[in-house]
Amino acid sequence: MGPGLTWLAVFLVVPCGLVFTYSFFERGLYGGIDYLFTFENYTRAIDPLYLKIFLQSLKIATMTTVLALLLGYPAAYFIARAPRSRQNIYLILAILPFWSNYLIRTYAWIVMLNREGLINRVLEGAGMIDEPLPLLYNEFSIIVGLLYAYLPFMILSLYASIARLGSELGEASTDLGGNALKTFLGVTLPLTLPGIGAGCVFVFVLSIGNFITPELLGGGKYIMIGNLIYDQFLSARDWPFGASLAFILIGIMMALLFMQAMLVNRYSGGSNRA
Amino acid sequence: MPTAWGGFTLHWYAALVDNEVILNSVRNTLIVAVVSTALATVIGTLLALGIEQGRRNGFLEAFVFTPMIIPDIVLAIALLSFFTTLKVTLGLHSIILAHVVFNIAFVCAVVRTRLKHFDYSVIEASIDLGASQMGTFWRITLPMIFPGVLAGALLAFTLSVDEFIIAFFTAGAGPSSTTFPMQVYSMIRFGVSPEVNAIATIVLGVSFTLILISQRLGKGVTP
Repeated sequence: MGPGLTWLAVFLVVPCGLVFTYSFFERGLYGGIDYLFTFENYTRAIDPLYLKIFLQSLKIATMTTVLALLLGYPAAYFIARAPRSRQNIYLILAILPFWSNYLIRTYAWIVMLNREGLINRVLEGAGMIDEPLPLLYNEFSIIVGLLYAYLPFMILSLYASIARLGSELGEASTDLGGNALKTFLGVTLPLTLPGIGAGCVFVFVLSIGNFITPELLGGGKYIMIGNLIYDQFLSARDWPFGASLAFILIGIMMALLFMQAMLVNRYSGGSNRA
Repeated sequence: MPTAWGGFTLHWYAALVDNEVILNSVRNTLIVAVVSTALATVIGTLLALGIEQGRRNGFLEAFVFTPMIIPDIVLAIALLSFFTTLKVTLGLHSIILAHVVFNIAFVCAVVRTRLKHFDYSVIEASIDLGASQMGTFWRITLPMIFPGVLAGALLAFTLSVDEFIIAFFTAGAGPSSTTFPMQVYSMIRFGVSPEVNAIATIVLGVSFTLILISQRLGKGVTP
């Protein structure tokens, strides 16, 4: 156990602690750090200029999460209710994209969505549009990229909780006179809430911290918190400000994980009664 | 844009084979992946054994889990700050050190799932029968958890080959420590040429072949 904990202490705890302390210092005149204590980095983050980027990131991450849930739930439900022998094959198909390089998968969307890309070509060929649609380098393309990348996380979390449920409860509800919709809303949905929570937190956290997809599919026009942190460290050389942004990001993440843990606690207590 | 299509050619595949820059980045990626996987597999396995055999400790378990959930960019800037503050020159070695951090977490998680069903009385039996601690580890414990260790190592290797953000921040300037994902990123971002399409096709082909092989192997190990 010793070497592992030592490694994590030296290369995880110390670096993160370092960044945390940097976030309270002033920026040096030529980059670097002036060791003068200040809260300014945090107050600067709520400047309208940066607040806008935070709100934009929240919006993109929220939309990605909602769409992932709407697309992921039917898929997970279908997999969980498929014959046992076929479930594994479906799951492998769902996670297959993970086995290729993230950048290449993102690049594939550039090829698909650009003005002369596959989608525009097909629509034009079919005579449905005269002008190519502006599909790339906007919020839409960022959300498509994130959704494509993180949907498998949603499907896996939902699958785990739907499969555990078994089909008996649904049958019982139907026997007692509930119709399909009532059964779904009254039984299935509440009991799979922990899975929904876990899936949503996964997708949201991964989306909001991402900077590659906004960079490549947003064309650099739509930046998110991750891009801002990247710029502060590698371009502006304002490490203290970048550090404070990183800790705000971690703060958002911790709050979500905490909420998710509460949800699980509440429902593992509630499911005994059900 | 490389999408305006003007006919078939294999030229871009041939260009790839001659491209020193790309071949060098592939070599760098393999060095990083092999060394960091080897280190992380040993360290992560020991960590998993320590956690599973010790008293249950929620804090410790959450701590070991941290590198898996912390945003990549945060870990990347933290390590960059750390190396810079200590005036460590950046290069392949700093990428390796950084990759071991998250690889440990994944190896540890995979090995722990294997240990959940481990019958510890086997170890007691071995010691009762006069085997030494080390002898028991090498001849009993390790062979029993080996599928888990191997799976953890494969996962660490795959993640390491694909990892971009942390490598990008801890590589430093200069082409000598450019990894393959970094190379792909700069090709997509700056000079888009049909070579990118050729690379993408090869990477997809290799990835899917590997997953097919691991599926086949997996069937042999766990019926």
